[in-house]
Amino acid sequence: MYPSRFHYEAPNSLEEAFGVLQMYGDEAKILAGGQSLIPLIKLRFSAPACIIDINNIPGLDYHEEDSDGSLNVGALCRHRTLERSPLLRSKHPTMSATAPLIADPMVRNRGTLVGSVCHADPQGDWASVMLALGGEIIAMNPDGKERAIPVSQFVVGPFQNTLQPNEIAVRAKIPPPRGTRAGSYLKLERRVGDFATVGLAVALEMSGGTVNRAGIALTGVGPNNIQCTAAEQSLAGKTLNSSTIDQAARLSAEAAQPKNDVRGSAEYKRHIVYTFVTRALANRVGMAA
Amino acid sequence: MEERRINVVVNGEMKSVDVEPRILLAHFLREILGLTGTHIGCDTTNCGVCTVLVDGLPMKSCTMFAVMVDGKEVQTVEGLGLDSELHPIQQGFREEHGLQCGFCTPGMMMASKALLMENPNPTEEDVRWGLSGNLCRCTGYQNIVKAVLWAAEKLRSDAATFSR
Repeated sequence: MYPSRFHYEAPNSLEEAFGVLQMYGDEAKILAGGQSLIPLIKLRFSAPACIIDINNIPGLDYHEEDSDGSLNVGALCRHRTLERSPLLRSKHPTMSATAPLIADPMVRNRGTLVGSVCHADPQGDWASVMLALGGEIIAMNPDGKERAIPVSQFVVGPFQNTLQPNEIAVRAKIPPPRGTRAGSYLKLERRVGDFATVGLAVALEMSGGTVNRAGIALTGVGPNNIQCTAAEQSLAGKTLNSSTIDQAARLSAEAAQPKNDVRGSAEYKRHIVYTFVTRALANRVGMAA
Repeated sequence: MEERRINVVVNGEMKSVDVEPRILLAHFLREILGLTGTHIGCDTTNCGVCTVLVDGLPMKSCTMFAVMVDGKEVQTVEGLGLDSELHPIQQGFREEHGLQCGFCTPGMMMASKALLMENPNPTEEDVRWGLSGNLCRCTGYQNIVKAVLWAAEKLRSDAATFSR
Protein backbone atom coordinates (compact mmCIF):
# COMPACT_ATOMS: atom_id res chain seq x y z
CA MET A 1 0.00 0.00 0.00
CA TYR A 2 1.20 3.48 -0.79
CA PRO A 3 0.46 6.26 1.67
CA SER A 4 -0.65 9.58 0.26
CA ARG A 5 2.15 12.07 -0.40
CA PHE A 6 3.64 14.03 2.46
CA HIS A 7 6.49 16.37 3.11
CA TYR A 8 9.22 14.73 5.17
CA GLU A 9 11.64 16.35 7.58
CA ALA A 10 14.23 14.62 9.76
CA PRO A 11 15.54 17.38 12.02
CA ASN A 12 18.73 16.96 14.02
CA SER A 13 17.56 18.87 17.09
CA LEU A 14 14.37 19.63 18.99
CA GLU A 15 14.77 23.31 18.04
CA GLU A 16 14.66 22.40 14.35
CA ALA A 17 11.71 20.07 14.98
CA PHE A 18 9.77 22.90 16.66
CA GLY A 19 10.58 25.12 13.67
CA VAL A 20 8.93 22.66 11.28
CA LEU A 21 6.08 22.04 13.71
CA GLN A 22 5.30 25.75 13.84
CA MET A 23 5.04 25.89 10.05
CA TYR A 24 2.65 22.95 9.79
CA GLY A 25 0.78 23.00 13.13
CA ASP A 26 -1.71 20.17 13.43
CA GLU A 27 -1.06 19.22 9.79
CA ALA A 28 2.22 17.68 11.01
CA LYS A 29 2.74 14.36 12.75
CA ILE A 30 5.74 13.38 14.85
CA LEU A 31 7.26 10.05 13.80
CA ALA A 32 9.23 8.07 16.39
CA GLY A 33 8.92 4.28 16.06
CA GLY A 34 6.13 4.55 13.52
CA GLN A 35 4.65 1.17 14.37
CA SER A 36 1.17 2.65 14.82
CA LEU A 37 1.46 5.81 12.73
CA ILE A 38 2.77 4.19 9.54
CA PRO A 39 -0.01 1.56 9.39
CA LEU A 40 -2.56 4.37 9.86
CA ILE A 41 -0.99 6.40 7.07
CA LYS A 42 -0.86 3.36 4.78
CA LEU A 43 -4.56 2.72 5.33
CA ARG A 44 -5.11 6.45 4.78
CA PHE A 45 -6.93 6.84 8.06
CA SER A 46 -4.41 9.60 8.56
CA ALA A 47 -2.92 11.81 5.87
CA PRO A 48 -0.58 14.34 7.49
CA ALA A 49 0.83 17.05 5.22
CA CYS A 50 4.19 16.77 6.97
CA ILE A 51 5.96 14.02 8.85
CA ILE A 52 8.61 15.08 11.32
CA ASP A 53 10.89 12.11 11.91
CA ILE A 54 12.58 12.64 15.30
CA ASN A 55 14.87 9.60 15.04
CA ASN A 56 17.92 11.75 14.23
CA ILE A 57 17.54 13.89 17.33
CA PRO A 58 20.19 12.90 19.87
CA GLY A 59 19.44 12.55 23.57
CA LEU A 60 15.93 11.07 23.41
CA ASP A 61 16.82 7.37 23.57
CA TYR A 62 17.20 6.80 27.29
CA HIS A 63 15.48 5.54 30.40
CA GLU A 64 16.93 6.51 33.73
CA GLU A 65 16.13 7.31 37.32
CA ASP A 66 16.26 10.82 38.74
CA SER A 67 17.87 11.42 42.10
CA ASP A 68 14.38 11.50 43.66
CA GLY A 69 13.68 7.99 42.36
CA SER A 70 11.34 8.96 39.53
CA LEU A 71 11.85 7.16 36.23
CA ASN A 72 12.12 9.02 32.94
CA VAL A 73 11.63 7.27 29.60
CA GLY A 74 12.75 9.30 26.58
CA ALA A 75 10.68 9.66 23.42
CA LEU A 76 13.01 7.36 21.44
CA CYS A 77 13.36 4.62 24.05
CA ARG A 78 12.21 1.43 22.28
CA HIS A 79 10.17 -1.39 23.80
CA ARG A 80 13.20 -3.58 23.06
CA THR A 81 15.39 -1.58 25.42
CA LEU A 82 12.79 -1.73 28.19
CA GLU A 83 12.38 -5.48 27.64
CA ARG A 84 16.10 -5.99 28.28
CA SER A 85 16.54 -3.32 30.96
CA PRO A 86 18.31 -4.41 34.18
CA LEU A 87 16.94 -1.24 35.84
CA LEU A 88 13.34 -2.21 35.12
CA ARG A 89 13.98 -5.82 36.08
CA SER A 90 15.32 -4.82 39.49
CA LYS A 91 13.03 -1.92 40.37
CA HIS A 92 10.00 -1.71 38.09
CA PRO A 93 8.17 -5.06 38.06
CA THR A 94 5.02 -3.81 36.32
CA MET A 95 6.91 -2.17 33.45
CA SER A 96 9.34 -5.06 33.21
CA ALA A 97 6.42 -7.49 32.84
CA THR A 98 4.77 -5.30 30.18
CA ALA A 99 7.63 -4.73 27.74
CA PRO A 100 7.93 -8.34 26.45
CA LEU A 101 4.16 -8.47 25.91
CA ILE A 102 3.99 -5.49 23.54
CA ALA A 103 3.13 -6.60 19.99
CA ASP A 104 5.91 -8.83 18.58
CA PRO A 105 9.73 -8.77 18.49
CA MET A 106 10.03 -6.71 15.29
CA VAL A 107 7.57 -4.08 16.47
CA ARG A 108 9.37 -3.93 19.84
CA ASN A 109 12.65 -3.24 18.04
CA ARG A 110 11.22 -0.08 16.58
CA GLY A 111 8.23 1.14 18.61
CA THR A 112 8.45 3.42 21.64
CA LEU A 113 6.60 3.72 24.94
CA VAL A 114 6.00 7.46 24.56
CA GLY A 115 4.73 7.04 21.01
CA SER A 116 2.41 4.28 22.11
CA VAL A 117 0.86 6.43 24.86
CA CYS A 118 0.54 9.41 22.46
CA HIS A 119 -1.17 7.19 19.89
CA ALA A 120 -3.85 6.56 22.56
CA ASP A 121 -5.18 3.37 21.06
CA PRO A 122 -7.74 2.09 23.60
CA GLN A 123 -6.14 -1.32 23.14
CA GLY A 124 -2.65 0.02 23.95
CA ASP A 125 -0.93 -1.71 26.87
CA TRP A 126 1.39 1.07 28.02
CA ALA A 127 -1.39 3.57 28.76
CA SER A 128 -2.88 1.13 31.29
CA VAL A 129 0.52 0.69 32.87
CA MET A 130 1.02 4.45 33.07
CA LEU A 131 -2.42 4.85 34.67
CA ALA A 132 -1.59 2.19 37.27
CA LEU A 133 1.76 3.84 38.02
CA GLY A 134 0.40 7.39 38.11
CA GLY A 135 2.68 8.27 35.20
CA GLU A 136 2.88 11.54 33.27
CA ILE A 137 3.74 12.60 29.76
CA ILE A 138 6.11 15.53 29.64
CA ALA A 139 5.30 17.84 26.74
CA MET A 140 7.72 20.52 25.56
CA ASN A 141 6.71 23.72 23.80
CA PRO A 142 8.78 25.74 21.27
CA ASP A 143 10.25 27.87 24.10
CA GLY A 144 11.67 24.71 25.69
CA LYS A 145 9.17 24.91 28.53
CA GLU A 146 7.91 21.60 29.87
CA ARG A 147 4.37 20.69 30.91
CA ALA A 148 3.61 17.54 32.90
CA ILE A 149 0.31 15.91 31.96
CA PRO A 150 -0.93 12.97 34.06
CA VAL A 151 -1.75 10.11 31.68
CA SER A 152 -5.28 10.09 33.15
CA GLN A 153 -5.69 13.58 31.63
CA PHE A 154 -3.53 12.92 28.58
CA VAL A 155 -5.47 10.11 26.96
CA VAL A 156 -8.97 11.54 26.66
CA GLY A 157 -10.56 9.27 24.08
CA PRO A 158 -9.80 6.71 21.43
CA PHE A 159 -6.76 8.05 19.52
CA GLN A 160 -7.11 11.40 21.27
CA ASN A 161 -4.52 13.01 23.51
CA THR A 162 -4.26 16.49 24.96
CA LEU A 163 -0.98 17.58 23.37
CA GLN A 164 -1.20 21.08 21.91
CA PRO A 165 -0.36 21.33 18.19
CA ASN A 166 2.89 23.16 19.02
CA GLU A 167 4.03 20.66 21.66
CA ILE A 168 6.21 17.55 21.41
CA ALA A 169 6.02 14.70 23.94
CA VAL A 170 9.65 14.36 24.99
CA ARG A 171 9.41 11.76 27.74
CA ALA A 172 7.24 9.78 30.10
CA LYS A 173 7.76 10.20 33.82
CA ILE A 174 6.88 7.73 36.55
CA PRO A 175 6.86 9.19 40.06
CA PRO A 176 8.94 7.61 42.84
CA PRO A 177 7.20 4.88 44.86
CA ARG A 178 6.05 5.19 48.45
CA GLY A 179 7.84 2.06 49.66
CA THR A 180 8.81 -0.92 47.57
CA ARG A 181 7.28 -1.60 44.18
CA ALA A 182 5.45 -4.82 43.41
CA GLY A 183 3.13 -5.64 40.56
CA SER A 184 2.70 -7.20 37.20
CA TYR A 185 1.11 -6.96 33.77
CA LEU A 186 -1.05 -9.86 32.69
CA LYS A 187 -2.27 -10.12 29.12
CA LEU A 188 -4.59 -12.62 27.53
CA GLU A 189 -4.12 -12.64 23.76
CA ARG A 190 -5.23 -15.03 21.06
CA ARG A 191 -1.73 -15.03 19.58
CA VAL A 192 1.42 -12.96 19.88
CA GLY A 193 0.91 -9.55 18.30
CA ASP A 194 -2.86 -9.51 18.71
CA PHE A 195 -4.43 -6.84 20.84
CA ALA A 196 -5.28 -7.89 24.37
CA THR A 197 -8.52 -9.78 24.96
CA VAL A 198 -7.91 -8.56 28.50
CA GLY A 199 -4.87 -6.76 29.85
CA LEU A 200 -4.31 -5.95 33.51
CA ALA A 201 -1.73 -3.64 35.05
CA VAL A 202 -1.20 -3.87 38.79
CA ALA A 203 1.29 -1.53 40.46
CA LEU A 204 1.65 -1.71 44.24
CA GLU A 205 3.74 0.41 46.55
CA MET A 206 4.27 -1.52 49.76
CA SER A 207 5.76 -1.15 53.23
CA GLY A 208 6.22 -4.67 54.45
CA GLY A 209 2.82 -6.31 54.02
CA THR A 210 0.89 -3.04 53.86
CA VAL A 211 -0.24 -1.47 50.61
CA ASN A 212 0.60 2.26 50.60
CA ARG A 213 -0.74 2.79 47.11
CA ALA A 214 -2.37 0.47 44.61
CA GLY A 215 -2.70 1.16 40.92
CA ILE A 216 -4.98 -1.08 38.87
CA ALA A 217 -5.85 -0.48 35.20
CA LEU A 218 -7.42 -2.49 32.40
CA THR A 219 -6.74 -2.86 28.67
CA GLY A 220 -9.16 -4.09 26.03
CA VAL A 221 -12.34 -4.09 28.10
CA GLY A 222 -13.81 -0.67 27.34
CA PRO A 223 -13.71 2.31 25.00
CA ASN A 224 -10.53 3.44 26.78
CA ASN A 225 -7.95 2.13 29.17
CA ILE A 226 -9.80 1.94 32.47
CA GLN A 227 -8.40 2.91 35.84
CA CYS A 228 -10.11 0.88 38.59
CA THR A 229 -10.27 3.67 41.17
CA ALA A 230 -12.62 1.92 43.60
CA ALA A 231 -10.49 -1.23 43.61
CA GLU A 232 -7.35 0.86 44.13
CA GLN A 233 -8.88 2.68 47.07
CA SER A 234 -10.12 -0.57 48.61
CA LEU A 235 -6.52 -1.72 48.97
CA ALA A 236 -4.91 1.48 50.25
CA GLY A 237 -3.61 1.04 53.79
CA LYS A 238 -4.63 -2.63 53.86
CA THR A 239 -2.69 -5.85 53.92
CA LEU A 240 -3.26 -8.37 51.15
CA ASN A 241 -5.33 -11.35 52.24
CA SER A 242 -8.02 -13.43 50.61
CA SER A 243 -10.84 -11.03 51.52
CA THR A 244 -9.08 -7.77 50.45
CA ILE A 245 -7.94 -9.47 47.24
CA ASP A 246 -11.41 -10.77 46.49
CA GLN A 247 -12.91 -7.32 47.05
CA ALA A 248 -10.37 -5.61 44.77
CA ALA A 249 -10.94 -8.24 42.08
CA ARG A 250 -14.73 -7.81 42.27
CA LEU A 251 -14.48 -4.00 42.10
CA SER A 252 -12.12 -4.26 39.10
CA ALA A 253 -14.49 -6.61 37.28
CA GLU A 254 -17.30 -4.10 37.97
CA ALA A 255 -15.21 -1.27 36.52
CA ALA A 256 -14.66 -3.15 33.27
CA GLN A 257 -16.92 -2.25 30.33
CA PRO A 258 -16.36 -5.23 28.05
CA LYS A 259 -18.23 -5.92 24.82
CA ASN A 260 -18.99 -9.14 23.00
CA ASP A 261 -16.64 -9.49 20.05
CA VAL A 262 -14.46 -12.00 18.23
CA ARG A 263 -12.14 -12.15 21.23
CA GLY A 264 -14.86 -13.35 23.60
CA SER A 265 -18.10 -12.50 25.33
CA ALA A 266 -18.43 -9.59 27.73
CA GLU A 267 -19.14 -12.04 30.55
CA TYR A 268 -15.99 -14.03 29.78
CA LYS A 269 -13.81 -10.92 29.72
CA ARG A 270 -15.23 -9.70 33.01
CA HIS A 271 -14.46 -13.08 34.51
CA ILE A 272 -10.87 -12.84 33.23
CA VAL A 273 -10.51 -9.42 34.89
CA TYR A 274 -11.56 -10.96 38.20
CA THR A 275 -9.20 -13.91 37.73
CA PHE A 276 -6.27 -11.72 36.66
CA VAL A 277 -6.59 -9.31 39.59
CA THR A 278 -6.82 -12.24 42.00
CA ARG A 279 -3.80 -13.86 40.42
CA ALA A 280 -1.67 -10.70 40.32
CA LEU A 281 -2.38 -9.84 43.95
CA ALA A 282 -2.26 -13.41 45.32
CA ASN A 283 1.06 -13.93 43.60
CA ARG A 284 2.40 -11.05 45.65
CA VAL A 285 1.54 -12.76 48.96
CA GLY A 286 2.38 -16.26 47.78
CA MET A 287 -1.17 -17.58 47.81
CA ALA A 288 -2.53 -19.95 45.23
CA ALA A 289 -5.07 -18.34 42.91
CA MET B 1 7.23 15.54 -6.60
CA GLU B 2 9.38 15.67 -3.49
CA GLU B 3 12.35 13.30 -3.45
CA ARG B 4 15.20 12.84 -1.03
CA ARG B 5 18.63 11.36 -1.62
CA ILE B 6 19.34 8.46 0.71
CA ASN B 7 22.65 6.69 1.24
CA VAL B 8 22.19 3.18 2.51
CA VAL B 9 24.36 0.09 2.59
CA VAL B 10 22.31 -2.85 1.32
CA ASN B 11 23.89 -6.30 1.65
CA GLY B 12 27.32 -4.67 1.89
CA GLU B 13 26.90 -2.41 -1.13
CA MET B 14 26.49 1.36 -0.84
CA LYS B 15 23.40 2.65 -2.64
CA SER B 16 22.73 6.31 -3.27
CA VAL B 17 19.19 6.77 -4.51
CA ASP B 18 16.56 9.52 -4.73
CA VAL B 19 13.27 8.33 -3.26
CA GLU B 20 9.87 9.78 -2.55
CA PRO B 21 9.35 9.97 1.23
CA ARG B 22 6.20 7.86 1.08
CA ILE B 23 8.03 4.87 -0.45
CA LEU B 24 8.13 2.01 2.05
CA LEU B 25 11.40 0.23 2.68
CA ALA B 26 9.82 -2.98 1.32
CA HIS B 27 8.93 -1.22 -1.96
CA PHE B 28 12.35 0.39 -2.15
CA LEU B 29 14.07 -2.98 -1.83
CA ARG B 30 11.77 -4.81 -4.24
CA GLU B 31 10.93 -2.26 -6.88
CA ILE B 32 13.83 0.16 -6.91
CA LEU B 33 16.72 -2.19 -6.06
CA GLY B 34 15.10 -5.30 -7.59
CA LEU B 35 15.68 -7.35 -4.44
CA THR B 36 12.47 -9.36 -4.59
CA GLY B 37 13.56 -11.86 -1.94
CA THR B 38 11.90 -9.62 0.64
CA HIS B 39 8.21 -10.45 0.39
CA ILE B 40 5.19 -8.34 1.23
CA GLY B 41 2.51 -10.38 2.99
CA CYS B 42 -0.23 -8.73 5.01
CA ASP B 43 1.04 -5.18 4.42
CA THR B 44 -0.53 -4.28 7.80
CA THR B 45 2.32 -4.91 10.30
CA ASN B 46 1.03 -8.31 11.34
CA CYS B 47 2.81 -11.11 9.52
CA GLY B 48 6.56 -10.42 9.59
CA VAL B 49 7.09 -11.74 6.06
CA CYS B 50 8.83 -8.49 5.05
CA THR B 51 11.39 -8.66 7.89
CA VAL B 52 14.86 -7.34 7.07
CA LEU B 53 17.75 -6.39 9.34
CA VAL B 54 18.32 -2.68 9.87
CA ASP B 55 21.65 -2.12 11.60
CA GLY B 56 21.46 -5.77 12.67
CA LEU B 57 17.96 -5.70 14.17
CA PRO B 58 14.95 -7.34 12.53
CA MET B 59 12.29 -4.85 11.47
CA LYS B 60 9.21 -4.92 9.28
CA SER B 61 10.14 -3.25 6.02
CA CYS B 62 6.46 -2.58 5.26
CA THR B 63 6.32 -0.40 8.38
CA MET B 64 9.27 1.89 7.69
CA PHE B 65 9.76 4.52 5.06
CA ALA B 66 12.86 4.09 2.91
CA VAL B 67 13.99 7.60 3.92
CA MET B 68 14.30 6.30 7.50
CA VAL B 69 17.22 4.01 6.60
CA ASP B 70 19.35 6.88 5.30
CA GLY B 71 22.83 6.31 6.73
CA LYS B 72 22.01 2.80 7.91
CA GLU B 73 22.86 -0.74 6.92
CA VAL B 74 20.17 -3.06 5.62
CA GLN B 75 20.47 -6.78 5.15
CA THR B 76 17.96 -8.80 3.13
CA VAL B 77 17.71 -12.52 2.47
CA GLU B 78 19.80 -11.99 -0.68
CA GLY B 79 22.71 -11.05 1.59
CA LEU B 80 22.44 -14.16 3.74
CA GLY B 81 24.35 -16.81 1.77
CA LEU B 82 26.83 -16.78 -1.08
CA ASP B 83 26.15 -17.94 -4.63
CA SER B 84 28.53 -20.81 -3.95
CA GLU B 85 27.35 -21.73 -0.46
CA LEU B 86 24.13 -21.47 1.48
CA HIS B 87 24.19 -19.80 4.90
CA PRO B 88 23.78 -22.32 7.78
CA ILE B 89 20.27 -20.93 8.37
CA GLN B 90 19.37 -21.67 4.76
CA GLN B 91 20.96 -25.11 5.08
CA GLY B 92 18.87 -25.72 8.21
CA PHE B 93 15.64 -24.86 6.39
CA ARG B 94 16.63 -27.33 3.65
CA GLU B 95 17.75 -30.10 6.00
CA GLU B 96 14.73 -29.89 8.29
CA HIS B 97 12.16 -29.11 5.60
CA GLY B 98 11.54 -25.73 7.22
CA LEU B 99 9.29 -24.48 4.43
CA GLN B 100 6.19 -25.55 2.60
CA CYS B 101 5.01 -22.81 0.24
CA GLY B 102 8.09 -20.73 1.09
CA PHE B 103 6.39 -17.36 1.21
CA CYS B 104 7.24 -16.60 4.84
CA THR B 105 10.75 -18.06 4.56
CA PRO B 106 12.77 -14.88 3.86
CA GLY B 107 11.26 -13.15 6.90
CA MET B 108 11.70 -16.26 9.03
CA MET B 109 15.35 -16.48 8.04
CA MET B 110 16.13 -12.84 8.76
CA ALA B 111 14.39 -13.00 12.15
CA SER B 112 16.33 -16.22 12.83
CA LYS B 113 19.60 -14.56 11.95
CA ALA B 114 19.00 -11.79 14.49
CA LEU B 115 17.87 -14.33 17.07
CA LEU B 116 21.03 -16.43 16.66
CA MET B 117 23.30 -13.38 16.73
CA GLU B 118 21.84 -12.41 20.10
CA ASN B 119 21.51 -15.95 21.45
CA PRO B 120 23.77 -18.54 19.74
CA ASN B 121 22.51 -21.36 21.97
CA PRO B 122 18.71 -21.00 22.06
CA THR B 123 16.23 -23.45 23.52
CA GLU B 124 13.18 -24.44 21.52
CA GLU B 125 11.20 -21.98 23.64
CA ASP B 126 13.70 -19.18 22.81
CA VAL B 127 13.28 -19.90 19.09
CA ARG B 128 9.49 -19.88 19.32
CA TRP B 129 9.59 -16.60 21.26
CA GLY B 130 12.14 -15.06 18.86
CA LEU B 131 10.02 -15.96 15.82
CA SER B 132 6.71 -15.09 17.45
CA GLY B 133 6.23 -12.11 15.11
CA ASN B 134 6.60 -14.23 11.96
CA LEU B 135 3.51 -16.00 10.72
CA CYS B 136 3.51 -19.12 8.53
CA ARG B 137 0.12 -19.62 6.91
CA CYS B 138 1.04 -23.20 6.03
CA THR B 139 1.41 -23.52 9.83
CA GLY B 140 4.71 -25.31 9.32
CA TYR B 141 6.12 -24.09 12.60
CA GLN B 142 7.44 -27.44 13.90
CA ASN B 143 9.99 -27.75 11.13
CA ILE B 144 10.83 -24.06 11.13
CA VAL B 145 11.81 -24.33 14.79
CA LYS B 146 13.82 -27.48 14.04
CA ALA B 147 15.55 -25.68 11.15
CA VAL B 148 16.65 -22.82 13.38
CA LEU B 149 17.90 -25.20 16.07
CA TRP B 150 19.79 -27.11 13.36
CA ALA B 151 21.35 -23.83 12.17
CA ALA B 152 22.27 -22.85 15.72
CA GLU B 153 24.17 -26.10 16.19
CA LYS B 154 25.87 -25.76 12.80
CA LEU B 155 26.93 -22.20 13.54
CA ARG B 156 28.33 -23.23 16.93
CA SER B 157 30.29 -26.16 15.49
CA ASP B 158 31.55 -24.00 12.61
CA ALA B 159 32.72 -21.42 15.15
CA ALA B 160 34.45 -24.14 17.19
CA THR B 161 36.20 -25.52 14.10
CA PHE B 162 37.23 -22.02 13.15
CA SER B 163 38.82 -21.22 16.50
CA ARG B 164 40.67 -24.53 16.66
